[in-house]
Amino acid sequence: MIKKPLKYNTVLKTFKIGGVHPPENKLSAQAPISVLPLPEQVIIPLSQHIGAPAIPTVKKGDRVKAGQLIGQAAGFISANIHSSVSGTVVGIDSVTDASGYARPSVIIKVEGDEWEDTVLEKAEAKKPGDYSKEEIIKAIAAAGIVGMGGATFPTQVKLSPPPGNKAETLIVNGVECEPYLTADHRLMLEHGEELMTGVQLIMRALDVRRAVVGIENNKRDAIELLTRLAAQIPGVEVCPLKVRYPQGGEKQLIKAVTGKSVPSGGLPIAVGAVVQNVGTVYAVYEAVMKHKPLVERVVTVTGKAVKNPGNYLCRIGTPISKLIEAAGGMPEDTGKVISGGPMMGKAVMSTEIAVTKGTSGVLLMRENESRRPAYRNCIRCAKCVSACPMGLEPFRLMLLSEQGLTETLEQERVMDCIECGSCSFTCPAHRPLLDLIRLGKNRTGQMIRARKAKNQ
Amino acid sequence: MTTTILFTIISLCLIGIASAVILYFVAQKFKVDEDPRIDIVEELLPGANCGGCGKPGCRGFAEATVKADSLDGLFCPVGGAATMTKIASALGREVVMQTPKIAVVRCNGTCEHRPRTSHYDGYKSCAVEHSLYRGETDCAYGCLGCGDCVKACAFDAIRMDENGLPAVDEEKCVACGACVKACPRNIIELRNQGPKGRRVFVSCVNKDKGAAARKACAAACIGCGKCAKECPFGAITVENNVAYIDFNKCRLCRKCVSACPTHAIHEVNFPARKITEATPEASTTEA
Repeated sequence: MIKKPLKYNTVLKTFKIGGVHPPENKLSAQAPISVLPLPEQVIIPLSQHIGAPAIPTVKKGDRVKAGQLIGQAAGFISANIHSSVSGTVVGIDSVTDASGYARPSVIIKVEGDEWEDTVLEKAEAKKPGDYSKEEIIKAIAAAGIVGMGGATFPTQVKLSPPPGNKAETLIVNGVECEPYLTADHRLMLEHGEELMTGVQLIMRALDVRRAVVGIENNKRDAIELLTRLAAQIPGVEVCPLKVRYPQGGEKQLIKAVTGKSVPSGGLPIAVGAVVQNVGTVYAVYEAVMKHKPLVERVVTVTGKAVKNPGNYLCRIGTPISKLIEAAGGMPEDTGKVISGGPMMGKAVMSTEIAVTKGTSGVLLMRENESRRPAYRNCIRCAKCVSACPMGLEPFRLMLLSEQGLTETLEQERVMDCIECGSCSFTCPAHRPLLDLIRLGKNRTGQMIRARKAKNQ
Repeated sequence: MTTTILFTIISLCLIGIASAVILYFVAQKFKVDEDPRIDIVEELLPGANCGGCGKPGCRGFAEATVKADSLDGLFCPVGGAATMTKIASALGREVVMQTPKIAVVRCNGTCEHRPRTSHYDGYKSCAVEHSLYRGETDCAYGCLGCGDCVKACAFDAIRMDENGLPAVDEEKCVACGACVKACPRNIIELRNQGPKGRRVFVSCVNKDKGAAARKACAAACIGCGKCAKECPFGAITVENNVAYIDFNKCRLCRKCVSACPTHAIHEVNFPARKITEATPEASTTEA
């Protein structure tokens, strides 16, 4: 077997501006992915993606099989929703999601584990080269695959660049820069070969000759394994990256890997790059080679007080309380339950909310960790400016948001903010920078949309 | 020494005179003709620049009144009828009266009625909290209690009361509508002040089905429709599980108030018919 020497001693690549290095706390990095037992009931929201909610194709009382279509994509930017279990549809109702607002969801009572006949247990004996570009994209769209890093943007849209743009490089995002989370790490370690097939499939769909897997240097085992596997595939390489948050951000990763900067307001395709998360790549592999829709994903359950932090393969729609149970139950002094990682994740309203396509982790924070200290006046230290990976001035954006000056906010490029939270993390006065910037960004977005609608 | 002082004074005086002459001619040359009545009207306005009239400040309103053919649709909520009469007489126009309005808070979710089920420790702003999640209680429609309306009020007419709900000071409220815009949940509404300040309104905007609304808040409108049946004037409509009283049709008979099973309909400034304690804002429905 050919083994490329790893260049650990050389300076590792990373993005150029801003960034922070929060404590990594990858507690579950050594815990293999285990399959979570089926819950009694799943709640599958019809909107698990960016874009229009899917239209339900089943009704109360219907019997469904795992992998069956239950929600049809409504429009170009939308995604299909499939049943993740077999059983009876109990109802299509508004169920509170992580934010506490009611969203239409399909509730299914689990009965047995019967799969749709089209779903194969073993991958087809074909090579990635045997599939045509259209076949792959069609399979991805049918499977309802969305970006599984958390943004949940429909993948088929990302793989069909607008006319006039040509992708040159596929960048596979195995960075997992969020502290605590290890779902992508374990996936790379345990399903390396499938991932490589998935990478080849996406390369074919995009018609590119080069693919780079970006992995942070705190996952050396994954780097080693994937480098070994990539050596056998022409055009695929692994790029170890310096540990730095938010390297997993699309624009940061492109900068780190290719050295190119995505222009303000532009899409990655403007510099010829398409970024896909490893979870998405694995889902593409399953969708094309096994005809299996996106109905399960790996979720990390972690926290300093959690008995057995681990990685679980669970069906979409499983209540997160089941995951917490599997990890040894909710510790007594839990102050916050966060869906996602500590930097970008959101605290959830209740543990009965369902795992969705974008749930990468469940983090249980202890009471003393979860409290936000009282904030004080800005001391003009400009730490937030140095930390901002987009080169913005968070302290200024916060003030402008507070004053509601949306036009100035637009000039100050508030729409470039990726909401990574580096500014709030680094602020010594604990100022609620991101809270207000997010508000200002919402309002500016509304203003821009209103202006566009007016001009049309 | 004296010559220096003298020289300075004389030269400065000369420069001053020369500049004054230049400025005079420039001012004549580039004179902007403006209707003098705009200044007169602006003088009559309260000068709060609150934007309650829908125009950009008092100057904008003055320009609009002078330009418009009639005063229809133009109303300064702060100055009210008195100011509008003065403006009308200054401009020699008909005064178009508008019924005086007042801000009404349509949420009855006191701590007692609506238990807190979570804790929010983000930035204290209703707009931020609303965008993040449904709030500290189980009601996704009710008051968040961070006081965005209090901050928005330029007349110091809203404060948060001991129940954590906004209370409108009837004396100070000018119905400019700033709080209505500030509230991310559209709880505050401008309603007719009513004769002697008497008015009846549904103090809830929860669109959830009855059971869910009731579970979240003991004083929620459950959309049962009893009030609509009871109303002899057809002023009440129930839409999306919540009742709404049309203040133009309401004749203040108060039958709906007694009919409401959750006491979600409030009557204000009526003489007490039961032993109750009349507070200026929400009141008198505790049976």
